Amino acid sequence: MNQTQIEFRNVSFRYADDQPWVLKDVSFTIRSDQSVAIIGHNGSGKSTIAKLINGLLFPDEGEIIVHGTSVNENTIWDVRKKVGMVFQNPDNQFVGTTVRDDVAFGLENRGIERIDMIQRIDSSLAAVRMKDYLLHEPHRLSGGQKQRVAIAGVLAIRPDVIILDEATAMLDPKGRQEILTTVNEVKQNHPLNLITITHDLNEIISADRVIVMNDGEVWLETKPRDLFTKEEALQSIGLDVPFSAKLANELKRLNIELERTPLDQKELLDALWTYHLKT
Amino acid sequence: MDISFKNVSHTYQPNSPFEYTALNDLSFSIDRGSYVAIVGHTGSGKSTLIQHLNGLLKPTSGQVKMGDFTLAPDEKTSNIKMLRKQVGIVFQYPEHQLFEETIEKDIAFGPKNFGATDDEIQERIPKVMQAVQLSEDLLDRSPFDLSGGQMRRVAIAGVLAMNPRVLVLDEPTAGLDPKGQKEMMDMFYSLHESEDLTTILVTHSMEDALEYADHVIILENGKKFMEGNPEDIFVQKEKLQQVQLDIPEKIAFLKAFEERFSRDMPYVHSDMKQLAKTIQSVVKGDEIDG
Repeated sequence: MNQTQIEFRNVSFRYADDQPWVLKDVSFTIRSDQSVAIIGHNGSGKSTIAKLINGLLFPDEGEIIVHGTSVNENTIWDVRKKVGMVFQNPDNQFVGTTVRDDVAFGLENRGIERIDMIQRIDSSLAAVRMKDYLLHEPHRLSGGQKQRVAIAGVLAIRPDVIILDEATAMLDPKGRQEILTTVNEVKQNHPLNLITITHDLNEIISADRVIVMNDGEVWLETKPRDLFTKEEALQSIGLDVPFSAKLANELKRLNIELERTPLDQKELLDALWTYHLKT
Repeated sequence: MDISFKNVSHTYQPNSPFEYTALNDLSFSIDRGSYVAIVGHTGSGKSTLIQHLNGLLKPTSGQVKMGDFTLAPDEKTSNIKMLRKQVGIVFQYPEHQLFEETIEKDIAFGPKNFGATDDEIQERIPKVMQAVQLSEDLLDRSPFDLSGGQMRRVAIAGVLAMNPRVLVLDEPTAGLDPKGQKEMMDMFYSLHESEDLTTILVTHSMEDALEYADHVIILENGKKFMEGNPEDIFVQKEKLQQVQLDIPEKIAFLKAFEERFSRDMPYVHSDMKQLAKTIQSVVKGDEIDG
């Protein structure tokens, strides 16, 4: 068995016996060298997946294996050492009275030596560009800054997997951009098994692979670029494609075939320019 | 309801170390029946502004007029309850405010408090359920059994049940998936039209402001930074960048396209199909190349 991956084997889950299934026979594998986005409409089961990975919930059927460990009540503390999570609401995840104390909290719980702790706090806050805020009160920061501190808290404990569970959903566009930039920077400097849970299609562009959930089932697993060609199908399950892909798909209907579906505006413009030069 | 703000300032905790001026000499007017988008960053004063619209806050200087009601410092506004009945505010994440055992009771709570009779309430409930596109079969259910998107619709139905003349929407689509967002915005637009409402949309989405509003006010540090038609405001890329706001994607694309292809691509309100046709004619060189 591969030790460095997350595996869902025929997982089903419901919140109570008289409730409908939230996940139905879900199977997939996330390799540790990939960053994966899990997307789906509200209620599609995508956030339940995150809670199952670190043992906040347990499956009714099937098995979940996180980097070699099967998730159950006896192993949750081992699993949670491997998995760091950033949640949706920036106001719900602070315990410290200063940014520094907050990042220290997770380290203290793990009994990290003081010298090592100071170094880790420094480097993780530097990674999210929040080093200048060491002694600030977390609740006075902007939403984007709060989420960056939350990410630093997770980085400091050096988990094998980081899950962003709709971590940008409550932020304004500026805050959202801050987080995307931060995450991409961190990814370049640290090898990271990143799982992004979102319904914002602009956030999946940099993922290696996308798992699309619909009504508790895996609807599709693919690469972002291939996903963006399926505009109508995505709309039928409550999602959509970004502006650039939308325009490219519309142009295709007018028989303007670009080399590939663009991920962003720059790719679209480049492709249109190439097309123009050829005609 | 005609709305006017005249030199309105609001300072929280004045003469204390925590003194903070959230609105600073703000003036604008909104004609009844218009659909206005208020745009600005977190901390620009949007939430403080909203709370002046139904008298939750009063200006610390200047004057707010909401129809016949006047809000001014050191002046008791007469019959403020009537104002609150007429100005419905849908706050952010309104589903967090649901509390009753059944959806029906939750919707009835607001109108009951404003003195509507049981008969009136019973008459309104089916109408508002229809307006928010929920089935009447759900009325006996607990609001907490619903999905997030449905819960939000129940909360909105509760506001509509008060028959407001002004509807204030604070980030009404936050947290919804793309389909939910579009349905919600289309729903508010059709209510705006059919109920002849004055609608005030507070949003971070330049796309929504461009698509739905007929007037835009941009706030920065509690001051009015820009005001006008969406088509005029959102083409001013450099000016918006000064306050770190982006222009809508469609306009951003047209500007980048203009530069690459060295030709004018003015923004016109159009759907994707029309935009694709325009782009087609340029890249194919159907027109004489410039």
